[in-house]
Amino acid sequence: MQALRSLISRIREINSRYRAPRIQMSSAVRLSLMALRLYLFALVGLMVYKFVLLVSGS
Amino acid sequence: MNFFSKVYYLFRKAWKALRLYLVLAGPGIVVMVADNDAGGITTYAATGAKYGYHLIWFLLILIPVAYYVQEMTVRLGAVTKRGLAEAIFDGFGAFWGWFSLLDLMIVDWLTLVTEFVGMTAALAVFGVRPWLTVVAVTVLMAVIVLNGRYWTFEKLALLFCVLNLIYIPGAFLVHPSVQDVVHQGLIPNLAGGLNGQLFFFLMANIGTTIAPWMLFFQQSAVVDKGMLEKDIPWGRFDTLLGSIVTVVVAVFIVVVTATVLPGIDIDSASQAAAELMKTDRYVGAFLAIGLFDAGLLGAICISLASSWAFGEIFGWAHSLNTRIREAPWFYATYFLMLVTAGLVVLIPHAPLVLITLFVQVIAVTLLPAALVFLILLLNDRTAVGEYCNTPAQNLVGGCIVVLIVILSTLYGITVMFPNLIH
Repeated sequence: MQALRSLISRIREINSRYRAPRIQMSSAVRLSLMALRLYLFALVGLMVYKFVLLVSGS
Repeated sequence: MNFFSKVYYLFRKAWKALRLYLVLAGPGIVVMVADNDAGGITTYAATGAKYGYHLIWFLLILIPVAYYVQEMTVRLGAVTKRGLAEAIFDGFGAFWGWFSLLDLMIVDWLTLVTEFVGMTAALAVFGVRPWLTVVAVTVLMAVIVLNGRYWTFEKLALLFCVLNLIYIPGAFLVHPSVQDVVHQGLIPNLAGGLNGQLFFFLMANIGTTIAPWMLFFQQSAVVDKGMLEKDIPWGRFDTLLGSIVTVVVAVFIVVVTATVLPGIDIDSASQAAAELMKTDRYVGAFLAIGLFDAGLLGAICISLASSWAFGEIFGWAHSLNTRIREAPWFYATYFLMLVTAGLVVLIPHAPLVLITLFVQVIAVTLLPAALVFLILLLNDRTAVGEYCNTPAQNLVGGCIVVLIVILSTLYGITVMFPNLIH
């Protein structure tokens, strides 16, 4: 239990340390990250859809 | 006398350069050869059996692609002295940092399972039982990693890299027609036209040549080795040499199966080894030994990539130069990954083929994310200064990312919905 608490506190500390991105969010960086989000949503969505198909088929 | 002095001077200069390279060699060549892991060997064996020598030209194109991608990790690691996971947390904040870390952990663990699948299948060709392979490999990897020095680990890994060259004599043993290899292999062509199956093979070959774990591994290895800015040219040379070696080995695997097993559908490299045993037992044995070596080298590097990344983020001691008492969490993560992945292979009727397929899809899907972060970090002049990407490097890197995004999307679709593209 102590180890779990320590882990959670460590994760909180990491989140607070890296709260703000250090890289300057120029329009090129924003555009790249937005495109990456869209790409990941589309591919993960496809995977979930395939998983649902597999489960409903079996 | 003057001539001899000049020759002696050149010899001394070359010898000094070689000695310096031998000191700095490692991360690039190890990561590149380790990339020819169990999944990679299977892909190349299947490519050769299915398409003969016709896709050799495509493999050769992957040399500069692999070099451009991996070279960026050398610069970023040598200049910032931090691994890619930590650099992503720092540069893009906690959300993208956790995303990258979890993505790396999942892909690494699944890939590790496929390495164990490859190793157990390879030694099964010689009648070794899977449980014995898993235990022996775990003990061997513990010995390699627990010696307490990065240098020893790296030199042992380089020894396994040399063993990876076993496919080269193997290819000569099957006496391929050099004329056919040159005519069919070196002139770009799409055997049978661009159909779903050919597309699948092209994607699989890209997926096995560049993988997300390689970016994290090489950058962490550069940091653990203590490379500095002045070592970057040698790091580049090491990476270039590694990318050439990895593709040359891949070409020789293609030549072996294209010559001996033309037109046969190969599901696994161990199946190829068993088939080759029937025609030439030495070549079959070479393929099986090479598969085991590839799985072992892949397993060593992949499990380290995750341990380094976790150590960087959680602030644990995370160097191979530390003893187990000094870095307990680093070694605990390493062995947890290793043992759990090994146990999966021993589960009776485990869906190993499904896992292997799943790994390929996840790896190529998540590759663009790691690449985008890498390129953006290499454009952060405040962090990398004069080593930031030039416009030409950005153009090449950008083209590679766009190409991989398009191809990996289509690859993901073809794997998940195989009947969609005919």
